[in-house]
Amino acid sequence: MQPFVFERVDSPAAAVRAAAGARSGSATQNPVQYLAGGTTLLDLMKLDVMRPQGVVDINALDVTPLGRIEATRAGMRLGALVRMADAADNPSIRRDCPMIAQSLKLAASQQIRNMASLGGNVLQRTRCPYFRDVSYSECNKRNPGSGCAAMNGFNRDHAVLGASPQCIATYPGDFAQALMALDATVQTIGPDGGRALRFAGLHRPPGDTPDVETTLRAGEMIASFEVALAPWMRRSLYLKIRDRESYEFALASAGVALDLRDGRVADARIALGGIATVPWRARAAEDALRGQPVGDAAFEEAADRAFAEARAATHNAFKVPLGKQTLIRALRDAAALEI
Amino acid sequence: MTDRADSRTGSSRRHFLAAGASTVAAPAFARAPDAGLRDARAQAIDPRAPVPLTLDINGREQRVALDARTTLLDALREHLGLTGTKKGCDHGQCGACTVLVEDRRVLSCLTLAASVENRPVTTIEGLAKQNGELHPMQQAFIDQDAFQCGYCTPGQIMSAVACVNEGHANSDADIREYMSGNLCRCAAYPNIVAAVNQAKVVMKTAMKD
Repeated sequence: MQPFVFERVDSPAAAVRAAAGARSGSATQNPVQYLAGGTTLLDLMKLDVMRPQGVVDINALDVTPLGRIEATRAGMRLGALVRMADAADNPSIRRDCPMIAQSLKLAASQQIRNMASLGGNVLQRTRCPYFRDVSYSECNKRNPGSGCAAMNGFNRDHAVLGASPQCIATYPGDFAQALMALDATVQTIGPDGGRALRFAGLHRPPGDTPDVETTLRAGEMIASFEVALAPWMRRSLYLKIRDRESYEFALASAGVALDLRDGRVADARIALGGIATVPWRARAAEDALRGQPVGDAAFEEAADRAFAEARAATHNAFKVPLGKQTLIRALRDAAALEI
Repeated sequence: MTDRADSRTGSSRRHFLAAGASTVAAPAFARAPDAGLRDARAQAIDPRAPVPLTLDINGREQRVALDARTTLLDALREHLGLTGTKKGCDHGQCGACTVLVEDRRVLSCLTLAASVENRPVTTIEGLAKQNGELHPMQQAFIDQDAFQCGYCTPGQIMSAVACVNEGHANSDADIREYMSGNLCRCAAYPNIVAAVNQAKVVMKTAMKD
């Protein structure tokens, strides 16, 4: 691990001041990094993948609204420093939108969920082994312009949607899929004040700059997520398929919410994980479902639409049928829920 | 909570101080209001400059001066002589380094020592009572033969204590799910589930007393 200057702050304003040293570039490239749970940052610092010169410990801010879950008129506000375990166990979240609670509970281990903040969780970096291992010089995400070792390497875990010729690394998170499906809003604070943006606008597809992963600017911090909830979102779930039953990243996952009326799908929200380079909203699948009678015919059509643009690499072609089956099963299970 | 009181008194048998010059036992002392600021300044000149810290380990205040890069795991093992907490993968994938911070189980390998300053930390050395009586979970691991090589055991036990206290040990399936962050290469898993089941009853009874 490279040496860094450690600073602990006790207010959001002090945090932003401490991290505003180099006010250019994107958040992940900023030489000063915020430390919350540390489950991604310290891991990658030990691997020499991330080499910040300054670390700003923001954990003391959990006594501010950043550390709280609050009801709002439209739904709920989740502070960025709320720990994954606390949100997963929150009775309101579990009742009003099981998809959110399940996406958190099915991620990582309880130790990690006790540590990891919601804000840090959505910003976790890819598990691509060529990104994590600095002995590979080729990684456009780590060394812009160096190439992509995964493209012709072992790419079983890699993305079939949203990839570019420069990068096929999978976005590894689960909670972000719930936020995508629910069209959440992100509130930030930063050197230029705060702003609100749609969660769908937070992550950037790799394109020609896989090293720029989000639209957060240097020194900008996520303060909270706001989610608008409708009563029908109690009919929601998160299904995660992986190599082992627990404590593993998704090979394919689906967060779905269904509004069913008179045996038909009035509305649907669908996001997919484990198969794309960024949190993935399956709008084509939602459109295919709307107005259709509940049943496998509609679910299968939706799954086909969701993966219509999929492109497989050497070892990950299985993710296309697996992803479709995961979505179909999630839709079946959601339709069968008694709410 | 009974466990908490036990962990804070700790076992005198296990209480010793590392010979390292950087470690001294100290009575409660007031940190100068601007101490954090001064540390940051000294460190800003040389990031390798040690950061003076006050850690609260098993109810005992420990003053140390550590490189900012030092994890809680390394602070415990290398600077405080508390080698009960084990280093497995050092990357948050195995759970061997599990300790409690403010009664919540966390991975000490992914926690900076500097970030838990003045927050109570409980390690495996802090579980038994002062008279040597084992924590119900420690006893249950012995009774149920819940280990073979024993390397993952301190992490398993710390995780299991928290698992029960969180209310996540209500069924075998629950225990398996909420203990999945602790890997055991000897695969003593069935006996670990049995140990958690045994201890949870004793722990609930103890809490009622």
